[in-house]
Amino acid sequence: METLLLSRIQFAANISFHILFPTITIALGWFLLFFKLRWQWTGDLKWMEAYRFWVKIFALSFAMGVVSGITMSFQFGTNWPGFMETVGNIAGPLLAYEVMTAFFLEAVFIGIMLFGFSRVPNWLHTTATFLVAFGTTMSTFWIIVLNSWMHTPQGFEMVDGVAFATDWLAIIFNPSMPYRLAHMLLASGLTVSFLIAGIAAFRYILGDRKETVRSQIRVGLTFGALLIPIQIFMGDLHGLNTMEYQPAKVAAMEGNFSDTDGNTPLILFGLPNEETRTVDYAVKVPNMASIILTHSAEGSIPALDEFVTEEGDVLHPPVNAVFWSFRVMVATGMAMLLISWGSLAFLWRRADDGRRFAIRRLPKPLLYGLVPMALSGWVATLAGWYTTEIGRQPWLVNGVMTTEMAVADVPAPMVLSTLIGYLVIYAALLFAYIGVILYLSIKARHNEPLTELTPSSGGAVVDAISGNDRGIVPAE
Amino acid sequence: MIDLFGYPPDQWLPFVFAGLMGLSILLYVVLDGYDLGVGILTPLADDGDQKDMMVASIGPFWDANETWLVLAVGMLLVAFPAAHGLILSTLYLPVFILLVGLILRGVSFEFRVKARAKYKGLWNGLFFVGSLMATLAQGFMLGLYIMGLQVTALTLVFATLCALALVVGYAFIGSTWLILKGEAKLQANAIRWAKNCIWGLVIGIGAISLASPIVSPRIFDKWFAFPEMLYLSPLPVLSLVLLAYLWRTLSQMPRPRDLDAWKPFVCALGLFTLAFLGLAYSFYPYVVPEKLTIYEAASAPESLLIILIGACFVVPTILAYTALAYWVFRGKAKELRYD
Ligand code: HDD
Ligand code: HEM
Ligand code: HEM
Repeated sequence: METLLLSRIQFAANISFHILFPTITIALGWFLLFFKLRWQWTGDLKWMEAYRFWVKIFALSFAMGVVSGITMSFQFGTNWPGFMETVGNIAGPLLAYEVMTAFFLEAVFIGIMLFGFSRVPNWLHTTATFLVAFGTTMSTFWIIVLNSWMHTPQGFEMVDGVAFATDWLAIIFNPSMPYRLAHMLLASGLTVSFLIAGIAAFRYILGDRKETVRSQIRVGLTFGALLIPIQIFMGDLHGLNTMEYQPAKVAAMEGNFSDTDGNTPLILFGLPNEETRTVDYAVKVPNMASIILTHSAEGSIPALDEFVTEEGDVLHPPVNAVFWSFRVMVATGMAMLLISWGSLAFLWRRADDGRRFAIRRLPKPLLYGLVPMALSGWVATLAGWYTTEIGRQPWLVNGVMTTEMAVADVPAPMVLSTLIGYLVIYAALLFAYIGVILYLSIKARHNEPLTELTPSSGGAVVDAISGNDRGIVPAE
Repeated sequence: MIDLFGYPPDQWLPFVFAGLMGLSILLYVVLDGYDLGVGILTPLADDGDQKDMMVASIGPFWDANETWLVLAVGMLLVAFPAAHGLILSTLYLPVFILLVGLILRGVSFEFRVKARAKYKGLWNGLFFVGSLMATLAQGFMLGLYIMGLQVTALTLVFATLCALALVVGYAFIGSTWLILKGEAKLQANAIRWAKNCIWGLVIGIGAISLASPIVSPRIFDKWFAFPEMLYLSPLPVLSLVLLAYLWRTLSQMPRPRDLDAWKPFVCALGLFTLAFLGLAYSFYPYVVPEKLTIYEAASAPESLLIILIGACFVVPTILAYTALAYWVFRGKAKELRYD
């Protein structure tokens, strides 16, 4: 049992660390393509400056994503051998397609995208940028297919306790896949929108008033404002889909222990108590849960008590974790909605020269508020995954196998020592990662605005100003 | 489902997948081998600039090189799930060391040039340590695997020997890469490093060739029987010829107009390939030595077929665009920059 618990913590720690970086690279790849195309079409070098700033952060995030991803691909064998032994016939081909169609594409073209600008024709560089973005999206597709299949499995039969595929289309297009894929891609888009707006706001506050910085605030805010309503709408659809296939999860998200008669209130906050099976100190909105989930005040929604057997076996997920992580996600989403639309409303007002979208029209509190929002995407994404994954427990593959069945019999002390090792390294790397992003933002202040597209633009100036005497500066 | 050359699918599919997995492992070993090797050599650089140049020579390639490891583990995972669990949970700790090594060096590529200048030394150090850890772990796992995944004092000693030999082996292939990619002082250093490392390669390949038949009577019988010995003789003979040729080429370097700069690297590729073929021959048909054959460990034929169909289209494409990348970054290594 101890090995099981430690293995779960280790897996959760690894995947949580990993997902931070894909969340950035998936959408940032498309944003880089956007910056590059804007430059090609308008000839305005502020877009190239944006490209060159963010491509560094992309490269760094990508490297973090790759190394933590390689760790992930070993986790199945080292800690969850039972997973592959039971559902390997289905998980295997999906993972193989991810490696073959996505990983190689990204890994090969990232070299040309990062270091090829002055070596290959412009069209090839643009194509490479596109292929990297496309590759990260393909990889999202395949891994989400697998993950969704674990939530809503179909298209297989069990023979002697081993799953065999019977219908690949049914496996790939399993019921929760379209919702989860859309929700995740939007999550990535939002994460990057707010990251760009937040970092640009940080540079602006530090006194970096270049045109490129202002444009980045606008781009980030506009995409954020566009995507967040869609995300909220998708989230609602996702929840409805979950209610159909994983009712226990929805009951846990709502914190609904016993109410199945309709007119169920929405619990905004409260303390779910699994001992007494009630929610203490609940703040409720009458009828609202029924309205959201069934679009009618009388509708009845799933309740947790329905998932406790006569013998008292609990077949629903731990309530507190699901309840709270769901609320963190939704609250972050609401904060995104308010700050992006609020900022746009201020920007819409004309400045003295009659132009709209002047960044100086942005009130200080909003400008300063944008900076911590740079991390809001991470918070919401992690919270979302915790809702989904903890909500699936005690199942590993819903209705097919429990997490307990999959664990390796590696001695607990061994798992504990590797777990501590990973945690120490991850904490250090996260610290270094955020530190370097802040450092790059601060340093960018000394860059002269680009006036022509020369390979060595600005480098010497930066080095002179920042007292940088390193000689050649590769990969910068 | 379809038979191939008269073999039913549950015979030929595992064989084909063992071949694909072998190919990924071989490509991983030689490709990541040279870039891990360059990492191991970095402390020997004359100065910071030379170190930067060494890293620049592998910068555009390392990610794709490591992806072959993902494919190899993926193949093991998807095609031989039973073996995957058995091997990886036995090698739990070395795998952890390998992963930590790969993490450290992978992120150091980026951090060493992006963090504040005063931390560059730290990241350079981690780059070296990471490369070394990953290589030691790989050699150690290879050694234990050859010993049939048995853990005793003797097998641990052998595994440690393999780990050290692989460090020298990777440093060797790394220096031949630098001979190809480097100029002037760097190239001269690389030639010296290659000459110093070549013996490690000889000891490593020699020790493995001697040890595996001694440990396993089955392997002994496979090699020292007639007429197999005859068909197999090209392996050791070719290896010796290549070694002699390498030594001669290295002694004549550097030559005017950079003649022959590519030869040591290609010979090194050849040597690694021959050694690998020998190993593959010894262990076939086992995927877990003496315990589990590829036929027993294989996934359902339906699942394998669906991967194979994809692989037939995708693997040639992967090779094609990998070739494109090597072509784009052909010639001597230059300073890496984003603009
Ligand atoms: C929603 C997206 C997503 C999710 C849930 C996962 N990944 Fe991931 N992964 C990516 C999206 C991604 C990516 C965007 O494609 C990455 C990030 C940076 C990169 O290089 O590719 C990546 C990299 C990456 C790599 C390195 C690829 C390379 O060498 O280029 C591996 C081996 C994995 N992942 C494996 C996994 C496994 C085994 C996962 C699940 C348990 C997983 N990832 C979850
Ligand atoms: C990317 C975002 C993801 C996050 C943040 C995440 C998070 C988590 C967490 C927190 C758990 C632990 C639940 C518990 O034990 O209470 C878990 C379990 C699990 N997840 Fe995910 N997950 C993600 C994606 C995936 C994907 C894509 C897969 C498979 C392809 C996957 C496979 C598993 C497995 C096998 C378990 C069971 C092991 C365990 O309980 O720790 N997860 N995940
Ligand atoms: C504010 C309204 C939102 C609603 C109603 C909502 C709804 C949901 C629901 C119901 C799930 C669980 C799906 C399941 O049953 O497994 C989920 C998961 C998730 N959410 Fe949200 N969400 C919202 C906002 C956000 C935001 C703003 C982000 C990130 C920027 C986000 C990221 C995620 C992620 C990454 C997951 C896990 C993957 C998945 O299952 O799709 N969500 N969301």
